[in-house]
Amino acid sequence: MDVSFILITLLFGAAATYFVGDKWASRAALIFSTAAFAATLYVIYRYNLGEGVSYAHKWISNPRVILGFQADGMSLSMVLLTTALTPIIVLTSFGNLFPKSRAFYALILFMAFAMAGTFLAVDGMVYYIFWELSLIPIYFIALRWGSGDAETRKKDVVKFFIYTFAGSLFMLVAFIYLYTKAGDFLDIHLYNIQLSKTEELLIFLCFFLAYAIKIPVIPFHTWQANVYQKAPAAGTMLLSGIMLKMALYSIVRWQLPIAPNAANEYKYFFIALCVAGVIYGSVLALKQTNLKKLLAYSSLAHVGLIAAGAYTLTLDGLRGAFLQMIAHGFVVVGLFYAAEIISRRYGTEEISEMGGIRIQAAKFASMFMILVMASVALPTTFNFIGEFELLYSLAQANIWLAVLGGTTIILGAFYMLRMFQQVMLGDKGGKVFADVTFGEGFTFIIIIAILIFFGLYPKPIIDFLTPALQKVLLNINPIN
Amino acid sequence: MNTLIAIAGLGIVCLIAEIFNLRKAIVPVTIIGLMAILGLTVNDYFGLGLDSANTERTEAFYNNMIVNNSYAMAFTGLFIVLTIFLVALTPEFHKNHKAKLSDFVAIKLFLLAGAVAMVSFGNLAMFFLGIEVLSIALYVLAASEPKNIKSNEAGMKYFLMGAFASGILLFGIALIYGATGSFDNTAIYAAVLTGNLPGWFFMGIVMLSIGLLFKIAAVPFHFWAPDVYQGSPALTTATMSTLAKVAAMAAFFKLMSNLNHTVPGAYITIIIIVSILSMTVGNLMALKQDSVKRMLAFSGISHAGFMLMVFLNPMVMKGVLLYYAAAYALAGIAAFAVILYVTSGKENEDVYQFNGLGKTNPLMAAVLTCSLLSMAGIPIFSGFFGKFFLFENVLENGFVYVVIAGVINSIISVGYYFKLILAMYNKDATGEAVKVPVSYSIVAVAAILLNLAIGLYPDAVLHLIK
Repeated sequence: MDVSFILITLLFGAAATYFVGDKWASRAALIFSTAAFAATLYVIYRYNLGEGVSYAHKWISNPRVILGFQADGMSLSMVLLTTALTPIIVLTSFGNLFPKSRAFYALILFMAFAMAGTFLAVDGMVYYIFWELSLIPIYFIALRWGSGDAETRKKDVVKFFIYTFAGSLFMLVAFIYLYTKAGDFLDIHLYNIQLSKTEELLIFLCFFLAYAIKIPVIPFHTWQANVYQKAPAAGTMLLSGIMLKMALYSIVRWQLPIAPNAANEYKYFFIALCVAGVIYGSVLALKQTNLKKLLAYSSLAHVGLIAAGAYTLTLDGLRGAFLQMIAHGFVVVGLFYAAEIISRRYGTEEISEMGGIRIQAAKFASMFMILVMASVALPTTFNFIGEFELLYSLAQANIWLAVLGGTTIILGAFYMLRMFQQVMLGDKGGKVFADVTFGEGFTFIIIIAILIFFGLYPKPIIDFLTPALQKVLLNINPIN
Repeated sequence: MNTLIAIAGLGIVCLIAEIFNLRKAIVPVTIIGLMAILGLTVNDYFGLGLDSANTERTEAFYNNMIVNNSYAMAFTGLFIVLTIFLVALTPEFHKNHKAKLSDFVAIKLFLLAGAVAMVSFGNLAMFFLGIEVLSIALYVLAASEPKNIKSNEAGMKYFLMGAFASGILLFGIALIYGATGSFDNTAIYAAVLTGNLPGWFFMGIVMLSIGLLFKIAAVPFHFWAPDVYQGSPALTTATMSTLAKVAAMAAFFKLMSNLNHTVPGAYITIIIIVSILSMTVGNLMALKQDSVKRMLAFSGISHAGFMLMVFLNPMVMKGVLLYYAAAYALAGIAAFAVILYVTSGKENEDVYQFNGLGKTNPLMAAVLTCSLLSMAGIPIFSGFFGKFFLFENVLENGFVYVVIAGVINSIISVGYYFKLILAMYNKDATGEAVKVPVSYSIVAVAAILLNLAIGLYPDAVLHLIK
């Protein structure tokens, strides 16, 4: 059993979910996504035993494209994030009665398939295909099952699609250009090409365009808040929990090793851009009155910090980026789920119209509190480890960058706690809020358990990631 | 050679069947006959040993009038597949004109014969015969709804413009004859190799190019396309935008790689300009269209621009042309099968007719979505690989700016393809759901599956041409 088995499970699951019909679709999706998660764990187990779990098959002979999937610490940890979050995301949708739910759940699984493929692909072309493929399901999920006025939603979703598609096409050009130099698309061959300075900078920028739009880094973020707000909760979780991690992962996997000199030379510019996004996101989050938009902007701040860490080109930065990607994935899914529960029961997303939840639903309020604490990176949560490493790497680059990046924690604590106060505390004032059901509580408990467990004991993940990151660093900083 | 005779024979059988009152048998017999002819083509292909050979092999017939080689046979195969789909759509589309069914089928077969002659000619006379047979069949089909004023207009416009283009084409052939003393491809090729050619040879080449650019509707010879596409009956539009366009493109490519072996730099510059203009103008105009037929006409213009990129490296990109043509035509057939279903009995083909199709008929909506995604060049559909192979080869030859133009145009094209997708999924249906005719759904699904299949196994198509 190699990594391709995970992909096959997800793809087959998507088809099966569609064909079992609306009534059973949600359960089928849960079963197949859990199966994919189990398959991932088994693959990791075998990988740790030192067995070969990669997969390669010749696909197109001219131009040379190899259907290759590679297992290493980086790709497997991200696939684990994907397959662990997918069942959770499916679980969170159980409370919604979607029309045509079989198509909805099939699209979620298909999206998981595309994202797992993106993380695993070793051939640039295969990677690109999966990268683009993941765009189609999220487009339809946001468009058909989203909330709000259909016309404005349409505009926002199409804007998102065209934005990301445009960015990706430049990445495609970069890949083809690299192919004309290397003769195939294999990542290690692309790493070793000798490029002139201008070529490298242009290629770096082509990649940056694709990733900056997807992460998003300012000034390419304008699609984000609207789409997060209007997509159905599951779509927002897929986008913020996993899909933007594709771009962050790709920076480390493709952009930095392919164009290391450009990365080194312009490192401060890109770090500064990302840190600017951190501050910008935090400041905008302060002003939000809509709960989902507030979470969207806080997410913008967090991923900005991750990207900044990755561009520092240090082991701490890259490792912090990966740890924080995983931590942020779980936290953001939990927070959006909580927001979804509140808006289901209160029928509003406006923070000012909420309040009085803690009196009625103590369990929900405490679980929400833990998620808020994790989001602001309180020690003992997993997010603390990631954020600490990221800030440490920024300090290695320049202490002032770390100071600026650190404001995200202060500002984050401020707006998140204020939000908690307004949403949860206060009199109930005639509004009825039922406490969490068993299913909802179960989902929260899983997320919280993961966050606290790895917050106290991050060693397994750190040990798993470090060798792969060191290997990539050799390509990024040949001198070190 | 056998293929061409068999196709023409099948067309005549169709006409005779009507006389003997065998109307019901016409379409099944034609489809089975076409499949048999496809088998014959494959057999010829293997007969030349092309499946294992690495180089081109040719076989000439009738004093080099017809030449069989991998290029001719691969495109013939594609044309036959497209014709099978088009014939399968015919009886349902013309269900109100049952008495004329044999005409419609027979004309499509003659059109196919013309298309085959256009890719397997060995002599310019044969080439001209092919293009005229194809064009006259299309003039008739465009005007085949005599009571519809738009169809009349389309037929007339197409005929006038087409006749004019044929004149230019013929003048070009005459000039080439004057320069080389022969209509024969090999003789002309030999003359080109000697290198001392009078100036009017190149004038001939330019005139031939103008005639064919007109046929493939490349900018600035595209003005007829939107009106003719919109006015013609939808099935004729499908024929024009898939079979006829691909055939003209294949003929253009064959002609130019034969005659203009040593492509002069100025010619490449012209082709690049025409290609970029076609892509840009086609896409920008398509953005503003309400009629789906007009939109696809402009999208077809932009695809012609993409296909013209193959001239930048003719030796290597034959296979890419076949691949792109197959991807484009199959997506077009699938899209038109859905369009025929949606617009049957409606007075126009505007985008709003597609409102709510995602709810009333998810299968047809899915097929149309897939075909539009393929045309927009989104992976895993073959349209993406077509563009990818094009860009790869063009970039390898150093034409970075052509690729950039292509990329920008791909982004623009998403805008109008998604307009249709949005209408299907994001709007409520205006009318009652109508049952899909079986033949439409079979053709739509089969075409899109073929499109997907060549997307998953690009090698199978890319290496047909040696």
